[in-house]
Amino acid sequence: MFQIFGIPSQALFGQLLLGLINGSFYALLSLGLAVIFGMLNIINFTHGAQYMMGAFAAYLLLQHLGINYWAALVIVPIIVGLTGIIVERLFLQQLQKLDPLYGLLLTFGLALIIEGLFRNYYGSSGLPYGVPDALQGGRNLGFMFLPNYRAWVIGFSLVICFATWFAIERTRLGSYLRAATENPTLVRAFGINVPRMVMLTYGFGVALAALAGVMAAPIYNVSPQMGSDIIIVVFAVVVIGGMGSIMGAIITGFTLGIVEGLTKVFFPEASNTVIFAIMIVVLLVRPAGLFGRGA
Amino acid sequence: MRPAVSVAFAVAALFATAARADDINVKIGVLSDMSSLYADISGPGSVVAAKMAVQDFNPAAHGMKVDVVSADHQNKPDVGSNIARQWYDVDHVDAIVDVPTSSVALAVADVTREKNKVFLISGAATSDLTGPKCSPNNVHWTYDTWMLANGTGKALVKTGGDTWFFITADYAFGHALERDTTNVVQANGGKVLGSVNVPLNTPDFSSYLLQAQASKAKIIGLANAGGDTINAIKQGAEFGITAGGQHFAGLLVFISDVEALGLKTAQGLVLTSTWYWDMNDANRAWAKRWQAERPGKFPTMVVAGVYSSVLHYLKAVAALKSAADGKAVVDKMKAMPTDDPLFGKGTVRVDGTVTHPAYLFEVKKPEESKYPGDDFKLRATIPADEAFRPLKDDNCPLVTSN
Amino acid sequence: MATVAQAAALKARHDSERSVGVAFAIMLAFLVAGPFLLYPVFLMKALCFALFACAFNLLIGYVGLVSFGHALYFGWASYLTAYAAKSWGMQPEIAILIGTATAAALGIVAGIVAIRRQGIYFAMITLALAQMMYLVALRLPLTGGEDGIQAVPRGRLFGLFDLNHEMTMYIFVLVVVLAAFLLIYRIINSPFGEVLKAIRENEPRTISLGYQTDRYKVVAFVLSATLAGLAGSVKALVFQLASLTDVHWTMSGEVLLMTLVGGLGTIFGPVVGAFLIVAMENYLASFGQWVLIIQGAIFVVCVLVFRRGIVGELAHRLHVRL
Repeated sequence: MFQIFGIPSQALFGQLLLGLINGSFYALLSLGLAVIFGMLNIINFTHGAQYMMGAFAAYLLLQHLGINYWAALVIVPIIVGLTGIIVERLFLQQLQKLDPLYGLLLTFGLALIIEGLFRNYYGSSGLPYGVPDALQGGRNLGFMFLPNYRAWVIGFSLVICFATWFAIERTRLGSYLRAATENPTLVRAFGINVPRMVMLTYGFGVALAALAGVMAAPIYNVSPQMGSDIIIVVFAVVVIGGMGSIMGAIITGFTLGIVEGLTKVFFPEASNTVIFAIMIVVLLVRPAGLFGRGA
Repeated sequence: MRPAVSVAFAVAALFATAARADDINVKIGVLSDMSSLYADISGPGSVVAAKMAVQDFNPAAHGMKVDVVSADHQNKPDVGSNIARQWYDVDHVDAIVDVPTSSVALAVADVTREKNKVFLISGAATSDLTGPKCSPNNVHWTYDTWMLANGTGKALVKTGGDTWFFITADYAFGHALERDTTNVVQANGGKVLGSVNVPLNTPDFSSYLLQAQASKAKIIGLANAGGDTINAIKQGAEFGITAGGQHFAGLLVFISDVEALGLKTAQGLVLTSTWYWDMNDANRAWAKRWQAERPGKFPTMVVAGVYSSVLHYLKAVAALKSAADGKAVVDKMKAMPTDDPLFGKGTVRVDGTVTHPAYLFEVKKPEESKYPGDDFKLRATIPADEAFRPLKDDNCPLVTSN
Repeated sequence: MATVAQAAALKARHDSERSVGVAFAIMLAFLVAGPFLLYPVFLMKALCFALFACAFNLLIGYVGLVSFGHALYFGWASYLTAYAAKSWGMQPEIAILIGTATAAALGIVAGIVAIRRQGIYFAMITLALAQMMYLVALRLPLTGGEDGIQAVPRGRLFGLFDLNHEMTMYIFVLVVVLAAFLLIYRIINSPFGEVLKAIRENEPRTISLGYQTDRYKVVAFVLSATLAGLAGSVKALVFQLASLTDVHWTMSGEVLLMTLVGGLGTIFGPVVGAFLIVAMENYLASFGQWVLIIQGAIFVVCVLVFRRGIVGELAHRLHVRL
C-alpha cells in the first residue's frame, strides 16, 4: 500500500469514488437547470423542491400503492414532470416578456410553498425508503466496500446525462430546441410550436430533478428540506460551469463531486464551503465560467 | 326537605361565585418547534401534552383557571426570545414550557430570569441550563447532554464497547456531546481512537463512515441529532458497518427518529432515554390518550416531560395560591417532591435538575417488534441518583451559594 | 417651447417633492405616536427591517441588481456589533460603527466578485457567497455557532443615555433609521443616483455615454451593503442577540419579499413592506407551519398580479411619486 500526501491510497480511491456519487446528483440537477435555463431563460429555483417531490413521490407510491423502486424510476419523473408542466402553463408562461428576475422570484415563492406543504403533512424528521432488493449488499473492491446501490447510481446517472446530451446536441429535435433558444420567432416561422416546446422542455427539466430525487431516496433521508440544502450548492456548480453547454454542466457536476470528496479527507471542516471557494476563484479568472460563452 | 335543598343550592352557588371571583389565573405558553427539525419530537405533541396536564390537574377544583397558548420558535434564538418577551410583557404568560433546541432555550432562560417568571424545560438538551448558566427560574425536567453521554457511554464501555470513534456535528452542541462522552468513556477505561467533525446538515456521510470503518473502533458514537443522526445510521447500514461488527451509539435519538429510520435500519442501535411509552400500563394508557390527538405518532420523552412538568408546576402554584413570583413558584417546586403517573417519584434539585431514573434501550430487530411503536427493549436501568450530573460538578452558582 | 417643457418638468418635480413630503410627514407621525399604541420592541424590529429593506431597494430598485445574499451584510454586521459590545465592552455607538464597517468591507469583496456577471448569474453568485459565509458563521468561535451571541449589553450611548430604557432605545433606533432613510433619499436624487437609474434602464447606452458602469455598480453595491449592515448592527442591540437567522439565506429571501410587497423602486415601499411582513410574522407565530407557505404565496401573487407592490400601486393610482 502506497501513500499519497500522507493518506493511504486505498482511502483516497474510496473517497474519489464516493465523490463521484455526490457528483452524480450535482450533474443531474445542474443538467436540469441548464436545460430549463437554455429554453426559458429562467433560473428554476423550484428545482430543489422538485427533486424533493421526486423522493417523496417514490416513497408515497411504495407506501400506498406498493409500487417498487424500478417502476418509480419511470412513473415519478412523469408525474412530477406533469406538475412542472402545470406550473409552466399557469405561471411561468405569463412571465415570458418580463425581466428574468421575476421568474426567479416566482419559482422561489413556489419552492417555499411546496416545502412548507410537505413539512406540514409529513413532518421534518424524514421518512425511510429502503434500497431495492436487487441492489442490496455490496462488493469489496479491495480498497473499499462499495454498496451495489451506489455503483448503480454512478452508472445510471452517467447514462442519463449522456443520453440527454445526445438528445439535445445530436438529434433533430435537439437542434430545433437549440434553434428556438437562439431565435424563437424564426423557428416559429418554420411551423414549429414554440410555446409547446418550451412547456415540454420545462417538464423534462423537472422530470430530471424528480429522477434525481428517486435515486436519492434510498441513500439520503426523504425529508422536506432535502431540496433547499442541495440547491444552493448546485447554483454554485452552475456558475462555475457556465450554463452555455450541456456537457459543461455534466462535467462540472461530476468534477466538483470529486473535489468535494477529496476535501472530506484532507480538510473535512471545509467540505461544504470548498465549492463556493472554487466559484470565487473561477469568477475572478474566467467570469463566464469554465464552459460559458460570454457573460 | 325542600328548603334544605334550596339552602344547599344557595350555599353551593355562593361558594362557586366566591371561588370564581378569587380564581387564580395562570397562563402557560408552550414554546416549541412546530414546523422544522424538532417538530416531531415535541412541537404540536407538546401542546397536546400540556393541555392533558391541565385537564388532569382539574384547575376548577383548586380555584384556578389555566390557559394554554402556543407558538413556533422555528429553532431561532431571536424568534424565541422575542416571543418570550412579548408573552411576558403583553400577554401575561406565567410560565414557558418545552423549548427544544439549546440555543433557543438559553435565550428564553435569560428573558425568563429578567422578568421573574418560570421556565419548565423539557425539549432542550444542554446541561449548561443547570450548570454554569443555571437560573433560579429554571426547572429542567426530562434529559440533558451529561445524562445522555453518561448513560450511553458508561453502559457500552462496561459491556465491552471500549474503543470509540466519534462522528461529530461541527457545532457547539456536537462538541459538547463528544466532550462529555469522551470523559465518560475514558473514566470507565475505554479508549477514543479518533473523531471527525462533520458540517451540520450534511446529506452524505459515506466519506466519514469510511473513516470510522478504517479506525476499527468497536463503537461509532454519533454526536449529532435529528436528520444528521438518521442519515448517518441509514448510510452506515448501507456500507455494512453494523454487519462488519461495529456498533452505532446514538447520543441523542428519539423514538420519532427510530420510526423515521425503520427498525430494519435502526436495529441494534443503543440509546438512552428517560421515558418510553411501552414500559408500563400507566405510560401505555397515557400514550393512548395522547394518540387520540396525534394519530399514528408515538410520544417521545420530551412530550411526557412537558406533561409532568406542567402538572408539578400547577401543584406548586395551587400550594402558593399565586403564580406571580416566578422564583417563589420554582422554590416551591423544589420543596415539593415530584410524583406523577409518567416519571414517578423524584425531586427537583437546587440547580433545577429533576432527578428520575434513566433507561438504556436497544432498538429491536424487525422480527421482535409485535405492533407499531414496539421499538425498544430495555438493556439497563440507571438509578435516579446516578443518572444525572452530581451537584458538585455543576459549576452552578446556585449550588455554591447554598 | 423649451421653457414650457422646463416649467412642466419643474412642476412635476415640485409635485413629486410635495407628495414625498406629505408621505414622510404621515410616516413620521405614525412612528412618533407608535410606541404609545404598539409594543415598542415590535416597532423597533420593524424599523430595523425597514432600513434593511430600504438599503436592499437601493440596489434592486434603482440599479436593477438583484442580490440574493443581503443577509451576509446584515448578519455579519450584527455579529461584529454584538461581539464588540459584549466581549470588548465597547460603547454602543462604537460597536455599531464596527459592525457597519464590517458590512462595508464584505460588500467591497463581494461586490468585486459578483459584479463580473449580470442578471440572474449575479443573483446566484450573491446567494452562493452568502451561503459560504453562513457556513463559516456556523463554525467560527466568534459567532457562537448555533447559540449565537446572547445577552449583548445595550450600554450607554455616548456614555450618557442608558439604552436599557425601552423608550430611549426606541428614540435612538428611530433617529438612526430616519437619518439613513434620508441619506438613501438623497443618494437616489443625486447626480450619482441619476447614473444608477440610467444603468437600470439601459446599461449599454450608459456605457456609450462614457460612464464606467461597473464602478458605479460596485459603489452602489457597497453603499447598499453598508446600510444593510447598519440595520443589522442596530438590530443586534435591540434584541441583545446576534444569531444564525440573520445570516441564513431565508433572511435574504425575506428582505426581498418586503421590498417586493411594498414596491420595488419606490421610496416608501420597503418601509411599508417591512412593517407588513414583520407584523404578519408576529401574528402568525402560533401558526408556525404556515408562515413559509404564506410567504411563498405572497411571492407568487406579487409576481403574477401585483408587481408594483402596495406603494407602487398607490403612487400609480394617484399619479405621484412615493
